[in-house]
Amino acid sequence: MKKELTNREAVRMAIDTAMQKDERVFLAGEDVGKYGGSYAVSLGLLEKYGPERIVDTPLSESGFTGMGIGAAMNGMRPIIEIMTVNFSLLALDQIMNNAAHLLHMSGGQYNVPLVIRMVTGAGKQLAAQHSHSLEGWYAHIPGLKILTAATVQDAYDMVHLALADPDPVILFENSLLYNMKGVLDTSAQPLPIGQAKVMREGKDLSIFAYGINLFKALEAAETLAKEGIEAEVVDLRSLRPLDDETIIASVRKTHRVLIVDEGWRSGSISAEIMARINEQAFFELDAPMRRVCSEEVPIPYAKHLEDAAIPSPEKVVDAAKAVMEEA
Amino acid sequence: MSLSLEKAKQFYRQMLLCRRFEEKSAELYTEQKIRGFLHLYIGEEAVATGIIDAIEPDDGVVATYREHCHAILKGIPPEKVMAELYGKMEGCSRGRGGSMHLFDKEKNFYGGYAIVGGGLPLAVGIALADKRMGRKRVTVCFFGDGAVAEGEFHESMNLAQLWELPVLFVCENNLYGMGTYIERAESEPDLVKKAKSYRMEAHRVDGMDVVKVNDAAKKAVAHIRSGKGPVFLECQTYRFRAHSMFDPDRYRTKKEIEAWKEKGPIVTFRKYLQKKEMWEKIDAAAIEKAIEEEVEKAVDFAEKGTWEPVSDLTKFVYSEEVTS
Ligand SMILES: Cc1ncc(C[n+]2csc(CCOP(=O)(O)OP(=O)(O)O)c2C)c(N)n1
Repeated sequence: MKKELTNREAVRMAIDTAMQKDERVFLAGEDVGKYGGSYAVSLGLLEKYGPERIVDTPLSESGFTGMGIGAAMNGMRPIIEIMTVNFSLLALDQIMNNAAHLLHMSGGQYNVPLVIRMVTGAGKQLAAQHSHSLEGWYAHIPGLKILTAATVQDAYDMVHLALADPDPVILFENSLLYNMKGVLDTSAQPLPIGQAKVMREGKDLSIFAYGINLFKALEAAETLAKEGIEAEVVDLRSLRPLDDETIIASVRKTHRVLIVDEGWRSGSISAEIMARINEQAFFELDAPMRRVCSEEVPIPYAKHLEDAAIPSPEKVVDAAKAVMEEA
Repeated sequence: MSLSLEKAKQFYRQMLLCRRFEEKSAELYTEQKIRGFLHLYIGEEAVATGIIDAIEPDDGVVATYREHCHAILKGIPPEKVMAELYGKMEGCSRGRGGSMHLFDKEKNFYGGYAIVGGGLPLAVGIALADKRMGRKRVTVCFFGDGAVAEGEFHESMNLAQLWELPVLFVCENNLYGMGTYIERAESEPDLVKKAKSYRMEAHRVDGMDVVKVNDAAKKAVAHIRSGKGPVFLECQTYRFRAHSMFDPDRYRTKKEIEAWKEKGPIVTFRKYLQKKEMWEKIDAAAIEKAIEEEVEKAVDFAEKGTWEPVSDLTKFVYSEEVTS
């Protein structure tokens, strides 16, 4: 079945269908119930499923994230919503020291089938404590899986992929994408975790991006095409595991690399991708790799400063041209 | 309440097994057979013994890094615990957890956790799952007085009471968090009062007296099983050894330690049994001998254990890699 809807509706529909299908699934987080979710993702679900399955929690990020881990260890399939990635730092102890480590630490006995959803990214002038992109950080941690939906199809599929997974999965949702429309095909076989997707074919250079920056990359590719540069745009989708195969195949085809990543440059996922290309396909490169990242500042409030701090289609175009000129 | 001879024997045996197992561990540590952090429970045995006796095998236990006795009393064979301390593949966590991370899914031992306070939210979640799925289980969560200062303690108390979850919070108040005396860490050192501020059913018990701990635990478990929500139990106890094998123990006096040793759980229990004229009947010498053999057997098992091949190093990071 194909239909047009927003990312917000796609996530909601995915949670709704998952809750219908599996009684073990519940959603918990701050204001997910009565309020309808701070980004209105769970609007209407409380009325449908009641407070035992759409659980409003107090402001206790560590407490309710750890609660989700315990519930997952004991047979349930919790979805924990953390309002914003910045607040997830209060739950970092539970996410890393418990969720990510338990299977290994217990010698393979306790897996944690937990799903954590959180909002990431800048662009709404929310200043330094509400605007960061820390998914690259989380991708550093073995034991976690990190998914970043850009399209409506992925917004829907990834909830199901995450729930079906026996291990802790974190879904990063960009608030600016919630209103974006797209076509969802509920009968399509979802692309598995750990697989990237070529969104636009091209022969001149590869642009790797994820989340909202995928659309900035696609927009840049349009501009570049008008100037005769055919960029291939790859949606990374999954930051852990990373799809080395698709990344390297694209490099072998275009021989030039540009990465768009809203994380800070130092120690970012873009750095990791560069390192892997260096390890696996160095001699395929015709030019030094480049990247467009966030400036190394806490994201500022003022609009012009915020815009200057994060990737934009213009920055992507400029960086792509620079890569092309160096070859 | 008076104790049956059977129970008397069991308690004596369990506390002594814990004591001897750990004395042996300390010895093996100095021989460098066991490495890493080793936190001994010596002096506190009455707490784990009295509490775990009050629950069923199906009930869950979440513990800290000072959890050898909790693990053994929950039913993990001492040899599997010892093998874990050795880091052997036959250990209860395959040698990947060590002293601080004992696990046994079959025994519903949800693990030893080394981040102070970190186990409490898990206990809340385990209990929530039981309540939602209509299971009549209780989850016991052990932690020290140090954990009471952490945010996760307060978050967990609030959530558990708010949602009336079947958790028994057992605070093993041994007065010290490493070297910090409780009065220097808590603006309100009355922990029962703290728990009551969450409207939680809360009691204080002499943690050196296994009979009293057991009575309090039975009442608490009955309360929880009847669906009335969580209970907080403060067990006042004392560790006779240093915090860990690395701790020079400079923050308290010998006199203080000796005074507590006089009311140690095994001494106290022996006096109780003598008063009740049960002491002669439990045959302490036979118990002692059997335990000696059990500990020896555990060491032997650990010695004979094998090392996990390094080629398996990256196993158990994700579930699909779980093959055995
Ligand atoms: C979050 C955290 N902070 C600090 C430590 C270091 N640490 C380990 S044990 C301990 C003392 C804890 O005391 P308590 O909770 O009273 O337990 P006890 O050791 O007395 O059984 C500390 C500070 C830790 N493991 N975790």
